[in-house]
Amino acid sequence: MALVEIRDVYKSFQRDTQKIEVFTGLTLDIDEGSFTALMGPSGSGKSTLLNLIAGLDKPTRGTVRVGGAEVSAMSAGQLAAWRSRHVGFVFQSFNLLPVLTAYQNIELPLLLTNLSKKDRNERVKIALDVVGLADRADHYPRQLSGGQEQRAAIARAIVADPTVTLLDEPTGQLDAKSSQEVLTLLQRLNNEFNKTIIIVTHDAHAAERAKTILHLEKGDLIEKPRVATAAR
Amino acid sequence: MKYVQLVLANLGRHKLRSILTIASVALALFLFASLRSVTTTMAAAAQFGGARRLVTLNATGLVFPLPLAYGNRIKAMPGVTGLSWANWFGGRYGDGKNFFANFAVDAESYLHLYPEIVMPADQKQAFLQDRTGAIIGDRLISQFGWKLGQNVTLQGTIFQGDWTFKIDGVYHPTDPAIGDNVLIFHHDYFDERIGRAGIAGWYIVEIDDPAHAPTIAKTIDDLFRNSSSPTKTGTERQFQASFATMWGNVSFLMSTIGLAVVFAILLVTANAMMMSARERTGEIAVLKTVGFSDRLLFTLVMVEAGALALTGAAIGLGGATVLYPAINFNGAGFLPGFKVATSTLIIGALVAVGLMLASGLVPAVRAARLPIVQALRKVE
Repeated sequence: MALVEIRDVYKSFQRDTQKIEVFTGLTLDIDEGSFTALMGPSGSGKSTLLNLIAGLDKPTRGTVRVGGAEVSAMSAGQLAAWRSRHVGFVFQSFNLLPVLTAYQNIELPLLLTNLSKKDRNERVKIALDVVGLADRADHYPRQLSGGQEQRAAIARAIVADPTVTLLDEPTGQLDAKSSQEVLTLLQRLNNEFNKTIIIVTHDAHAAERAKTILHLEKGDLIEKPRVATAAR
Repeated sequence: MKYVQLVLANLGRHKLRSILTIASVALALFLFASLRSVTTTMAAAAQFGGARRLVTLNATGLVFPLPLAYGNRIKAMPGVTGLSWANWFGGRYGDGKNFFANFAVDAESYLHLYPEIVMPADQKQAFLQDRTGAIIGDRLISQFGWKLGQNVTLQGTIFQGDWTFKIDGVYHPTDPAIGDNVLIFHHDYFDERIGRAGIAGWYIVEIDDPAHAPTIAKTIDDLFRNSSSPTKTGTERQFQASFATMWGNVSFLMSTIGLAVVFAILLVTANAMMMSARERTGEIAVLKTVGFSDRLLFTLVMVEAGALALTGAAIGLGGATVLYPAINFNGAGFLPGFKVATSTLIIGALVAVGLMLASGLVPAVRAARLPIVQALRKVE
């Protein structure tokens, strides 16, 4: 069953006097519980697609639905509330708040819920355990390695149990060992916890960990989704 | 409450900058409270005055004396129930750095007309019987370490020479506008020493009914209109107010300086807040991605601005309120009863709220309106 439904989406940007067309009628489904890698060269629209699914950006035309909700029709206020409940987002450069500890960073999405302090504490501890950072809860981002920072960012993305977890080049700034750890963690989240994961990557090895790989070029899917070899 | 740690963490991001911002707000409001208190204290002093007391001066000005002979003629007027007179002395004690007011009065009638000057009966009696004695406000005891019965010598500045007085009494004023750092001595002794008997600096006229004040004042002035020393009579409140109006431009200057200081600090604080928000563009975009709404981010930035402004205000206004009574400040005698008025605290608090709005609104609106994708593109 499709969790993400993208129907006839157009997206264009205005750069100075030039109009740049990113998508011209993109249609795509992504299933619930899938682990999908979006690949393609720079400027192919991977990150834009991720932003549209996350409700960070709106299509010029067409509809984006996630879990039955029409994200493309929501107001800014509705989108913020929707994101807090349904989207976990991981950035290439981690983007942890430097003034907060790992624990406090992970707790951020839960502050937007009605959970009690005790319940928030429980959830954060579970997330820290899942990503293997239980012993780093009180560390500030500057006291963590790149891999640990990214795992904390993943914990922040999953702590509120979102409908979909989106990752934009999550291994782009990591060394090979840390990349493997992060990708293994993502596979585990998908396999053990049935998390729907969509990852944007340039790295073919990283994409191989996904169950489905989508290739984008100039805003078009250049081939039908194929099942990654390593994930089978 | 759950967002407190986020606000505190952001304020602690640049501890020195936050501390300096709070310190500058505190200093600005301390100065504002101090300068405005000078104005309000002077205005309060101008309100002082018994409803039944008039003051008669030389119409040419306070520094010109009046003949003592006027006294009996004024006293004989209908509606006048009491009379006293005084003369500004302007003596200096020690190196003169610690100025205090001192003047000669007709002791018995003066103390009768000013029941606000309270002292033990035996001390009052000792003073009335001692021609070279003096009474002092209780602040002078703590200021100079003087003791009852001690001789103190003032150097005359208007009336030259060393003038030695025995402290016969220490009074405490029931109205702070009287001043608790004044030395009062006998007019007889003053007359005798200067060798110019028969002059008074001003008269204090007690009347039977406050409602008669305008009529009696006019009668007194009419009586001496064609004499060598015409008079100007008014209520004691008008007399005090004339002193206050002499300070009029100073008050205006002080208010203007106070506002200018606050405005300058406001610019500094606003700049610090905006700089802080600009540095966090990426973080604000991340918080929006997590699901923080525009309204919540607006509120958080305003709370940060408020925490800085209100903490500074509490330190500055609280400091001024506590400090001046603690050091017994009275502006070297020119500002008896000096204190930070409630109205000053209210205005100061409103200034702090204004400061919060002025320094927080721009970054808060900017944070709320920040387009996520463009902001993320800058940090990614």
